[in-house]
This record gives sequence, structure tokens and C-alpha cells, in this order.
Amino acid sequence: MTELDPTETFRLEVADLLEGLEAALLDLGQRPDDRELIDTAFRALHTIKGSGAMFGFDRVAAFTHDFETAFDLIRKGKIDAHREIVTVALSAKDYIQMLIEDPDGADPVIGEAIVSDLSRYVNGPSRSPALAEPSPVERRETLYTIRVAFDPDVLRNGTNPLHLLDDLRALGTCEVEAIIDDVPTLDELDTSDCLLKWSVRLSTDHGVADIEDVFMFIRDEMKLEITPETEPLAVSKVVETAALASVAPIRKAAPEAASTEKADPSRRGDEKAATVRVQAERLDELMDRVGELVIAQARLSELAHSGTDLAIKSIAEEIERLASGLRDSTMGVRMVPMGSLFGRFRRLVHDLSRDLGKPVEFVTIGEDTELDKTMIERLADPLVHLIRNAIDHGVENPDRRAVSGKSPTGRIELAARYVGAQVLVTVKDDGAGLDAARIRAKAEEQGLIAPGAPCGEQETYQLLFAPGFSTAAVVSALSGRGVGMDVVKRTIEAMRGSIELSTVPGEGTTVTLRLPLTLAIIEGLLIRVGDARYIIPLSAVEECVAFNPSDDQKSRGRSFLNIRGNLVPFIKLRDLFDAEGEPAEHPRNIIISIGESHVGLVVDQIIGSHQTVIKSLSKLHSDVAMFSGVTILGDGSAALILDVAQLVSIAQSRAETQRIAEAA
Amino acid sequence: MPQIHAGAGQTRDAAAPQAFEGLTQALMISIGGEIFAIVDPVPTTRVAGARAHLPSLINVRGNIIPLADIRVRFGMPITEASADTRIVVLEIKIDGDPVTVGLISDKVYEVTEVSRAQTQPTPRIGMHWRAEFIRFITKWKDEFVIVPDLERALG
Repeated sequence: MTELDPTETFRLEVADLLEGLEAALLDLGQRPDDRELIDTAFRALHTIKGSGAMFGFDRVAAFTHDFETAFDLIRKGKIDAHREIVTVALSAKDYIQMLIEDPDGADPVIGEAIVSDLSRYVNGPSRSPALAEPSPVERRETLYTIRVAFDPDVLRNGTNPLHLLDDLRALGTCEVEAIIDDVPTLDELDTSDCLLKWSVRLSTDHGVADIEDVFMFIRDEMKLEITPETEPLAVSKVVETAALASVAPIRKAAPEAASTEKADPSRRGDEKAATVRVQAERLDELMDRVGELVIAQARLSELAHSGTDLAIKSIAEEIERLASGLRDSTMGVRMVPMGSLFGRFRRLVHDLSRDLGKPVEFVTIGEDTELDKTMIERLADPLVHLIRNAIDHGVENPDRRAVSGKSPTGRIELAARYVGAQVLVTVKDDGAGLDAARIRAKAEEQGLIAPGAPCGEQETYQLLFAPGFSTAAVVSALSGRGVGMDVVKRTIEAMRGSIELSTVPGEGTTVTLRLPLTLAIIEGLLIRVGDARYIIPLSAVEECVAFNPSDDQKSRGRSFLNIRGNLVPFIKLRDLFDAEGEPAEHPRNIIISIGESHVGLVVDQIIGSHQTVIKSLSKLHSDVAMFSGVTILGDGSAALILDVAQLVSIAQSRAETQRIAEAA
Repeated sequence: MPQIHAGAGQTRDAAAPQAFEGLTQALMISIGGEIFAIVDPVPTTRVAGARAHLPSLINVRGNIIPLADIRVRFGMPITEASADTRIVVLEIKIDGDPVTVGLISDKVYEVTEVSRAQTQPTPRIGMHWRAEFIRFITKWKDEFVIVPDLERALG
């Protein structure tokens, strides 16, 4: 599919705009005086209205018009953007979304209710009278000379200059004069060029900013000069004239200064030119192709290096270099900043905090941390769940917080950061922390553990991930229905990630997700165990040391090695995999890190690093825990990719069983 | 000599005859839609910790698929690969999702249509094989052949 349906383009654009609008509204709830936010929201509304009408979404256009009108009052500073307005505005945004996605399902009654709410707030008690009533100086009509020159291309881009001139006329008394200096003779004239310029004498009580707003959407495609005349049309005192002259240039300067740092229309235009919308499937397809290329290249390299032809060797190396460059750029293209995901949760927190009556401050850190887009998509649901939990179960009621001497406003922190080749995403609340005793009681009640069975603190917390587990005393609409943490854990593990819980009683709970950067291609260490080859993700590998078989004997009964003074347990993969083939004379010990701990994996041979294109295991092999995927090697055979965390825990439980068997 | 062969019913089935206790018996491999390929044996990659009837992986034209040994499920003797050994690549449904799998066959006879008219009820006794893995028993060239329920036998 190469051509997008224009309506579809509109939907995509509006989706972006609505997202921006929501973000601006939520920010506005925090900083009601931020002009930039008000402007951003207003511009988003204005564009939605305009393109809605253009693409035949008349209801969208009509509703947005009412919304915009109300919002304009906020923008003009006549009323404050207080919390109630933000809440109504958010529901108005939802309604626009509904109108676009499911016009038949959007009940006009809802729309009317929202508009009436909006206008009630907007026309209700306004801010201090001094500000509400513009001072006489501001009311005074000023005469401006406006020179308007559009880029020749504006007509082709669909702008109608006459409408803009009409908008100017709406501001006040207007004399429009066309400047035809640039218009060539008829035989040279290209009728789709806009060569006319206009000089407008406008007498208005509006400021320079309002005049500039008329051209807000094509500011980067035109030249606009606005010169206030020192002589107002209205008869006035000389003193006031002087005041005006000094005021006007300052007001003109302000929006200009703002344009350099704020997201003003001209900058937005630049950004648009620099980015391209690509369908997600195409990116997936590209990644698949690159994966195939990397595999084919590995085969070529293997073949080239087994021969003696230098020319082929050098081509193989060249192709290796190109393929790895292509792989890196493709992965780069797929990287999406976490901020795109975090933004969605602000609304969630806003609504939850309102519904539950728990004021919550939502802090996000590390929005520019990038992750593969597939991972971002898959992370959304687990994070929604974790954030819900944090507000519903984590943060206490304001009364209880007051008793514990905490601020009545809870704090939820969502953070992302890189740690090596992994991304750590944490959801942290400042609530009461996990209640180990209560979790235990609940688990016993639900038959998850035997009453009185010994269970460490961490093990107790792990019970939260058991299917069907729920501690909520009262099942709320939001959480506590027992669907959840197990699904979260499964989703994270399916992404080759892990989930950890830590809690400090009285101070809060932190859930940490450890995720790989990408799902598609990893750097791996190719090893041999028996007669089979395997891949260990290089991100897990700390170091490789020789494994002296005598170490094995010395350590009789306990599989520990002394690595520079640290006790490191080791696992012999030959035993774990029941490997066939002769054991190597000089086995190697690969030290891997799992969370904070180190474990040695004893292998027969380290073959080298390997660009590993990850293919998932078949559903028929979903019970296989030790491997997270499979890849194709240069000779076309398949090599399994070790899931080191799972592998170590399986080895541990086997060792445990053995110990019990020996003790018996 | 245990053998597996291919054939097809109304649902198009591939069949695999098995010599068992001196008798030639055939398994018809139900393939529903289509056989993707019947390929010669290729190098396999053993999967540690997998169930015995799904012991390894193979690369078929760039796709890594599990290699299933249905003989394990039916308690048939496992013989070394011979010149007749083939891998039948087919698609089955596991929990509603299509899954491609390779099936070790001692011998592929032919791809044929069998009629369900000849279907015999699966006897409850006198069977070495677990009845839940059998879809039905039918006749092919005067031989009884078993059409296994691959979804159950492999899943």
C-alpha cells in the first residue's frame, strides 16, 4: 500500500494533534498560567477544526469550533485554566476522538453537555475585574499597516489568501490594496503562482498578536510586516497615543521572541518536513529482510573464509560491514522514545486520582530513553496495570497519609534508563509498601502456599505474580480482580525481560522491569556444548575464564569457583543439556550476570561473537524454558539462544531436588 | 520395518504405514489443508528440556520449525533414518493458531484422498495406542490405517 486514503491521513494527523492537546491540557492543570501550553492547545484545536471541515468531518468541525471558542477566552487571559476546566476540556478531547473513530456511537447529547459545561465555566466567575475588563488603553483602536507577501507556492498548497484577508477584515475596519509589482505579463504568468501582495490598513482594538494569529498556519510561507501607526484613528489624547506607541512594539516583540523557543507554527513546519510517517508493518518487514540479509551474509562469510580466494574474502568482509551498518540503522529507525508511551499514562493517573479521591503527583523521568517500537507497544498494558496498582493499592488515602505524617499528595514516579544493553523501567510509589504478612495470609487462603511453610520475603513478594492472586480487601473497579500481575510477568518475560519488586514499609514500593533494547537482533556469543552450538546473549556475559577440571574436583560437592576473591557458582551446561559428544579437554567458564549476582556457565568451546537474528520458538515448544529463541547459523543449521535467567533458576531447582534426594 | 506414509481423506490426509509386531500398519497424517513440503532429512538441532515427541528443530528454507516424532507418542519403535526417511512439513492448529511442524516419516507412500465412508470406529480395547490421539481408523488399499489427531498428539 503506497497511497494513503486522505481521510486516513486526517485520522492519523488528528490522533497526533489530540495526543498533543491532551498533553498540553494535563500540563495546564499543573501550570495554569503557562501561555505556551494554552497556545499549543489552541493551535491543536484550530487545526482539528480546519482539517475536520476540509475532510468532511462536519460534526468534528462544529464541536471543535465551540470548544475552540471557549478556549479562546482562556487564551486571551479572560479566565483561568483551572482544574475543572481542564477536566471538562479533557472530556471534550475524548469526545472529538469519539466523533472521529466512531461517529455513530458518539451521542450528540454528550457533546452538548460538554459544551454547556465548558461555557458555564468559561462564562462563570472570571478572574479579578481589573484584568477581566481590559484597560482603556488596550481597548483603543490602533491603525496598523500590514504588508502581506505569500510564497508563490501557497495556492498550490491549498491556502486561499482571500480568506485570510477576510479574517483580517473581521478584526476591524480594513482597507486592502493589492500590490501587483511582481505580476508578469500575461503570457509569462503561471496562474497557480501567488504573485500578488497586499497592503492592508487596519484599524482595530486587537493587538499585533491577534493579527499575527490570522496567519498562524502559514507563517513560514510568507512575509508579514505589521507596523503600528503612531496616529490612532479614534480621536484621543496625545498622552495615550504616546503610551500606545511604546506599548505596541513590546507586544510585537513578545511573540517573536517566543517563536524561537516555543513550538510555534513555523517550527512545526520544519519538523514536519524532517519526519516521514511510515506504517508499522513496513518497519517490521524491513527488519525481517535485514534479518534474512544478516543470516545470508553469515553464510557468505563462512564460505569465503573456508576458501582461499582473496577477492571473495574481501567482498565478504565488505558485505559484512554493510550488513551490520544496515542492521544498526534499521534498528535505529525502529527505536521510539519512551516519552511517547509515558504521555499516555498522564491521563490515566489524572483520571484515577480523581476517581479514587487520592491526589497524586505523576513524575516521569527518562522520556528520551529509546526502545524498539514493538517493545514499547507491548509495554503499554503491563505499565497501565502497574500504575493502576501503584495508585489503587500503593498510595494511601489522604487521611492515612496525614496520620503517617506524609504529604496528602501521593507521588508516582515512572522512570526509564539504560543499564548496559538493557533498559530499566521503574514504577515507584510513596505509599505504605507491601504488607508481607497480608500477602502471605491471602496466599494461604487461596491455597498458593501451604500454611506455615517457610517463605522468605522476596519469595513472598513473588506470590503477587501467581495467577489469580489478589490482596485487595475490597475489589474495586480498577484492580483487585485477580487478573493482572501474572499477566504482567508473562508479558515481560515474553520480551526476554524480568520483573523485580522491592518495598520499604511505610515508604513505598518499586517495581523494576529489565528489558532488552530490541527483540529482533542481538549480539551473541556462539558456544559449543557437546556436539551442539548455542548462543548466549552478549549483554549477559561478564567475562570468559578458563575452567580447570581440577577446580571441579576441588569444589567437590559445591559448585563454586573463586573468581578474584568472589565466590561464583557454576553450572555445567553439558550436564544440564545432557549433551552428547566427547567433553572438551579445556572447557571454558563464561561468567554471566543475572541482576546483581554472577554465575559461571561451563561450556566446551567458545566459538566467537555472532550477530544473532532472533526467531521465536514454535508454540509447540512453549514449554521449553531454558531457551528464549533460536537463530540460523552460517551453515544453515539452527542454534538455540540461552535464556540465562531461566536456565540458572532451572539449574538451581534441580540442584535443590538433588540435595533433597541425597539427604533422604 | 516401521513406516510412515502420506495420504488424504475428505480433509486430505497424508498417511504413514507402520510395521508393528510384524504387521504393516499405516498412519495417515491428517493435514487438513495442504502439505507444504516433503523433504529429505536435514541436520537437526536438539532442544534440551523439550518433550520427547518434539525433540529437535530443523531449518526448512529459512524457517526454523520443530521436528516431531509421532512414533514416540504412539509407542512405536524408533528406528535409524533410512533411505526412505522423509520429513513431511505441514501446518496444524494449536489453540487456533497455525503452527508449522515437520513430521518424521519412515516412508512416504503417496499423497492420496481417502474417503471417510470406510471409517471404522476406534476400538476401546486391543489398542496399544492412546485412543485420544486417534481421529479415526480407515482402510487404504485393504490395509487398516490410522488417522491420528495431530493437534492432540503433538500439542
